[in-house]
Amino acid sequence: MRDVAIIGFAQTPHVRRQPHLNEVEMLMPVLEEVRAAAKVTKDDIGFTVSGSTDYLAGVGFSFVMTLDGVGPWPPIQESHVEMDGAFALYEAWVKLQLGDVDCALIYGYGKSSPGPIHEVMSRQLDPYNVAPLWPDQISLAAMQARVGLEGKAFTEEQMAEVASRSRRNALDNPNAQLRWDRSVEEILAEEPIVDPLRRSDCPPISDGAAAVIIAAGDVARDHCERPAWIRGIDHRIDPMALGLRDLGESPSARLAGEKAGVGAGGFDIAELHAPFTHQELILRAALGLGDEVAVNPSGGALAANPVMATGLVRFGEAAQRIIDGTAGRAVAHCTSGPCLQQNLVAVLEGEN
Amino acid sequence: MTEILLPARLQDVEAVRSVRTPASIQYSYTPGQASSRYLKGIAQRKIIGARVEPGAKVYVPPRGADPQLGKPTTEQVEVGDRGTLVSFCVVNVSFHGGTQEIPYTTGNILLDGSDQPIMHLIQECPVDQVRIGMRLEAVWVDDADLGPTMESIRWFRPLDEPDLDVHIPGEDRPLWLDSEEFNQ
Repeated sequence: MRDVAIIGFAQTPHVRRQPHLNEVEMLMPVLEEVRAAAKVTKDDIGFTVSGSTDYLAGVGFSFVMTLDGVGPWPPIQESHVEMDGAFALYEAWVKLQLGDVDCALIYGYGKSSPGPIHEVMSRQLDPYNVAPLWPDQISLAAMQARVGLEGKAFTEEQMAEVASRSRRNALDNPNAQLRWDRSVEEILAEEPIVDPLRRSDCPPISDGAAAVIIAAGDVARDHCERPAWIRGIDHRIDPMALGLRDLGESPSARLAGEKAGVGAGGFDIAELHAPFTHQELILRAALGLGDEVAVNPSGGALAANPVMATGLVRFGEAAQRIIDGTAGRAVAHCTSGPCLQQNLVAVLEGEN
Repeated sequence: MTEILLPARLQDVEAVRSVRTPASIQYSYTPGQASSRYLKGIAQRKIIGARVEPGAKVYVPPRGADPQLGKPTTEQVEVGDRGTLVSFCVVNVSFHGGTQEIPYTTGNILLDGSDQPIMHLIQECPVDQVRIGMRLEAVWVDDADLGPTMESIRWFRPLDEPDLDVHIPGEDRPLWLDSEEFNQ
């Protein structure tokens, strides 16, 4: 295996609605910023891969227009995943393992504001039996929360603690969208919107983008004083049909965590892609993360949820804390699909 | 095909051979800054492209990025509503939603001052007289009908000017591509 590290990260401020910029206009400042952060030029980048979905903006092949922002001329090596940018990072990591490329640019972006996001996301479900019912994300997540609560996997108080801590952490994150300081008691006093979920248990709707640069071996060391080395990375998937799995736990997150090496422990922080409060609790259990690990110091998906970039932001936020020396070892995680169906887990580490 | 085994009480039930699951979602499209300026210009009979800086390529319609440089096209450039035909096709079949009488000609038109051809209809010219290199001008709708849409240009028609020498794509490098880079 080649040693590969994250050497740069940039993101937009995440907002409820970005009505003035199209996707490529929203993305371009982030691309410039990430290249500056990683001290690389356009010519240093051997592979470019992005994550987005045409369903968000309702524009076919929208990612091709966005690609103009990287300057893909003369023709470049490029790829795209119809998934979060974190899965694009995984593809880039595999590409670097092949050995013919040393540096890759990854970006993810999403504008949830042009369409009705809950209807849009229902289109990823089984098209014959489930999608015709147009189930929204909150209802699906609420069914998952119910399973966990009834099964005593976690409590409403614990969910409220996640909501409270995440938005409080976001007070220190200038790019976060939802920041506040409310107690567990205040949150528990809210009426549920889709019982058992309260508004505070749910993520905001966000427009935003993020980019990461990864590099192999000495190229990473040459461009970054303290690269965030990817010590392990793994992606596992649970069945698509929600009726085929116990929604109160996440076997795919557990297995991905085992394969990525989470079991060795010693983590300072974990950036977990958990759009709903109870999902953080399920993921912590699946990954075996104890109270000593600071989870989502950025505020996580509960503070900003730019669909298709939220997971990549987790990787970037975790890596940035290693790059700037405030963390030594971190878990980075991304999920996809309804109710934590897919899980990508990585262990990031700095060199002493 | 594998034989499907049904319980006795379902054996007389008609098999489901297909399902219809209509889906429709409404979007509010955001054209962005560059396209907004372009569309607002169209509503005033102006065609506004954009470039990164003087000397860089002028893109029409602009989308905000220069794909060769990977930089924002922050400078606005008004280009002409006259141009040169760089490619065309003659449409002999009716497509869904099409309102044109067939046959008609669709052209790729390089507007004067632009580096990127736009697509539009060519009318007021028999289809067998359309040729690469011919000079064209935009025919705008009446002032009262102008709006921020390409439909503000009804079509392009021939100008009484000599043809320009356009390299035919495939035979030589197309006019609008950067020759040095194309030859690398």
